[in-house]
Amino acid sequence: MSFAKPLATLRTSAGLPTGRLALWWLLASEVIIFGGLLASYVMQRLGHPEWAYEAEHTNIWFGAGNTIILLTSSLSAVLAHQAAQTGDGKKAARYLWLTIGGAAWFIVNKAIEWTGEISHGFTITKSGFWSFYYTAAGLHGLHVIAGATAMAIVALDAAKNKELQRVEYVGIYWHLVDVIWIFLFPLLYIAK
Amino acid sequence: MTTTTASHHADAHAAGHAHDDHEQSFFVKYLWSTDHKVIGFQYMITGLLMAMIGGYMAYGFRMQLAWPGEWIPGVGFLSSQQYNAYVTTHGTVMIFWFAMPVLIAAFGNWLIPLMIGCDDMAFPRINRLSYQVFLISAVVLIGSFFVDGGAFGGAWTAYPPLSAKATMNLSPLGSTMWVLAVALEFVAFLLGGINFITTAMNARAPGMKMMDIPIVVWMIVVASILFMVSVGPLVAGAAMLVLDQQLGTAFYDPSGGGDPILWQHLFWFFGHPEVYVVLLPAMGVCAEIITCNARKKFFGYKTLLYTVFATGIISFFVWAHHQFVAGIDPRMANVFTITTLIISIPIAEMIFLYIATLAGGQIRLNVPMLWALSFVAEFLLGGVTGIFLGASGSDIYFHDTYFVIAHFHYTFVPIAVIACFAGFTHWIPKMTGKMMNETLGKLHFWTTIVGFNLVFLPLFITGMWGDHRRIYNYDHFPDLSTQALQDLRIASTVGLLIMIAAQGFFVWNLIWTWKKGPAAGNNPWQGTTLEWSTTSPPGHGNFHPMPTVYRGPYEYSVPGAEADFLPQSQPPA
Amino acid sequence: MISYAVEQVSTYAKDIDFLILLICGLVGFWFFVAEGVLFFLIFKYRAKEGGKAAYMDGTDPKHTRFISWPHRFILICDVVIVVFAVKVWMGVKQTMPAPDQTVRVVAQQWSWSFQHPGPDNKLDTADDIKTLDELHVVVGQTVQFELVSPDVIHSFSVPVFRLKQDVIPGRAIKGWFKTTQTGSYDIQCAEICGIGHGAMVARIVIEQPERYAEWVAANVATATVPPAPAAPAPAPAAPAPK
Repeated sequence: MSFAKPLATLRTSAGLPTGRLALWWLLASEVIIFGGLLASYVMQRLGHPEWAYEAEHTNIWFGAGNTIILLTSSLSAVLAHQAAQTGDGKKAARYLWLTIGGAAWFIVNKAIEWTGEISHGFTITKSGFWSFYYTAAGLHGLHVIAGATAMAIVALDAAKNKELQRVEYVGIYWHLVDVIWIFLFPLLYIAK
Repeated sequence: MTTTTASHHADAHAAGHAHDDHEQSFFVKYLWSTDHKVIGFQYMITGLLMAMIGGYMAYGFRMQLAWPGEWIPGVGFLSSQQYNAYVTTHGTVMIFWFAMPVLIAAFGNWLIPLMIGCDDMAFPRINRLSYQVFLISAVVLIGSFFVDGGAFGGAWTAYPPLSAKATMNLSPLGSTMWVLAVALEFVAFLLGGINFITTAMNARAPGMKMMDIPIVVWMIVVASILFMVSVGPLVAGAAMLVLDQQLGTAFYDPSGGGDPILWQHLFWFFGHPEVYVVLLPAMGVCAEIITCNARKKFFGYKTLLYTVFATGIISFFVWAHHQFVAGIDPRMANVFTITTLIISIPIAEMIFLYIATLAGGQIRLNVPMLWALSFVAEFLLGGVTGIFLGASGSDIYFHDTYFVIAHFHYTFVPIAVIACFAGFTHWIPKMTGKMMNETLGKLHFWTTIVGFNLVFLPLFITGMWGDHRRIYNYDHFPDLSTQALQDLRIASTVGLLIMIAAQGFFVWNLIWTWKKGPAAGNNPWQGTTLEWSTTSPPGHGNFHPMPTVYRGPYEYSVPGAEADFLPQSQPPA
Repeated sequence: MISYAVEQVSTYAKDIDFLILLICGLVGFWFFVAEGVLFFLIFKYRAKEGGKAAYMDGTDPKHTRFISWPHRFILICDVVIVVFAVKVWMGVKQTMPAPDQTVRVVAQQWSWSFQHPGPDNKLDTADDIKTLDELHVVVGQTVQFELVSPDVIHSFSVPVFRLKQDVIPGRAIKGWFKTTQTGSYDIQCAEICGIGHGAMVARIVIEQPERYAEWVAANVATATVPPAPAAPAPAPAAPAPK
């Protein structure tokens, strides 16, 4: 089926490209979903001081390593955006694949970390802390996978110099995934 | 806005695509379409079908209440577990699968592109995806009736631990399917909402300034924003509830360190703004109809927008009035009583503006106008009875009684049923090109209104006399099994039967319109907004050529003008 | 209005009924004024042959005063309602008078059980009287109750007291009432709690001190031998889950 672009997709009455406008609204809804989850966690945590002992069993090195990986991948997303702005689709695609590599590394780390924790008995049902730990980090992990998938699609197009504006959009989305982790890391790993 | 030149450029660019209206198969044309009008019809038809399911549930449990334990024609004997499932599904369906798809999605899809002078939504394929996700969510919900253990029966509020533990609600699969269906519906409306917001912000016709946007478009956009901002925590909460149900975590289970009240906060933080999510589009629909049929400008367009924004913001600070007696800190109740009564200020202002719009008009009492005026009249009763529940002291008694049920049905029936029919009868000539029958329409209107009031007026009294909610059989309660109360319950059920039978007129009218409805012409109601300047039904691409906007949306009865309306797209003389 | 069908049996029932009546008067006034104006305008400005509607946008102060003045009066009504509502609320939920007696109410799927303090008037001692679906109190005494639930959320609702309080598993929620007359009334569960919710009823028996003492004497003997709930239940008991 052919899909002719309707005029509606091209107008910019508000002065912003429609894609970017929609993206900001998407980010707003994501922030509120995580905001609700983390607010619930913080409220529960304040009522359960004993969770601090549970939190001691998290592996801060894995958490810190993953933080660095995500921050670095955000840098390559910025570089991809810069390349896209100069019209160099191939270079943008290369940087995007680098970012996706970071995402993959993050997920692999996470898998190793979780396998270790689960084998030591720290499962999702062990206590309220671990329930929140797996739920929040798991939901974030799903966003990492979704972001990486979106970047792969955009990178394939960008390599052919098509839809270069989307490089910026996935980049912004990737920064959100990054920022959410910046909140998760201290709340789940450092607070003890 | 300052970007009209950019828009003109875009218009020229798209002109080449305007006429590629080729032959399409039925599947592509009606089920896989990205056309906003078709998707609007999909939402409208699905919503009305789901309303029939919700109405069937209401029939089942009201018959049980009027004649407890008797065989119900078309339902059979209703067990107490089925009764709970019917009550739960009725509430869930009517809000999430009837009010929202019809008021936000169907009217949003039909009206936003037509009213802002555009050919489609800003993201046509996301729009299609949104409907598909919505359809799947409906299937999941209905499917829950056919799984082992039956549908979920823990009320539409789904308070844990009842909803979280299969050993307590006895529907291990039904309860999870309920949560999943609701979560999918949220996803559908998040996708749809982003689409509505960006379309209204970005795809307006050249010349259409912010203050030239018709009220209903504003309302749907504000409702979408409210939905988006309020639903997030509940999405996270739903994920936690599913984990509690299926993996045995203890987010809401006090025996494992969780807190059942947490769900109530997450639920009502969404649940109260949700009232305004459906109220605002309904008020928007009525604003269009009232201005058009009173032949008058809306009284205080900007004031109305301010009250809408104020309502939207305050609605985030009132949620705990649903939880006064739920075990929260009693001091919190005082704060929430104040915020709740504050919200009555902008809502009262809104109603006053609607009434003031009538002053000095030339009121045509056609079918859409009757529906729109009855919306104002009936919603008033729903609004004022809310004060009894928002005031903490009286809520101690009224909480979870039938008074609450009567109150919110006096808000939700005007919203979902009355405004739905108002908008339907007003815009169906535009969407199909055929006029509906006035006589049948008036019969439908009066019988529905009589039935509706007969259902819910008695429930105010049963509520005051102590009937509380979700009770399968009042014969178990010595103080509640009096003849006077039972007579009121029977009156209410008779009202429901009238209301259901009244819909026969509507179906008859639809068939009549389909078979021999006269042609509507472009502008049967002499309206000013852009949708009336194109053909009925609008062709592919809606407008040929694309319109330019020269004035505000409600220029009726302008002094010195020849006709009593000046369309937005008519160039100044 | 309410007392026509539901008696006032607690000290604060009158306050709550008065508050409801007050709200009824205030919002009833505005309801009828608004409906009256609405129908008057519909009648007065119905379409006439050759008529033309007025052209006004609702910004002229001559017109807006018809809205802004009622608005100010509504604000005053709101303040009045808030003051009275908060006063009643604080009296019922935020004060805890010194109790003459303390009882524990256990709400579970789908019945009520009550733990009376017994002759020593202390809870959790050997002479406590445990009953099923029947609560006995002395008329005129201030009773403090403690609500607990082992399973799901229930709600302790006594319409004749105008009292309602949810029972949350994992918490012990306290409250109070003071009865004003003898009699036997419904205790209902007002929060959906599963398939037996529609039959979760108990009775509260409010007695003169002598009758209550007799009841205690009769039950403490049987209760101490087997500590099972031994009270005869005249009210229909909750049916077994199907």
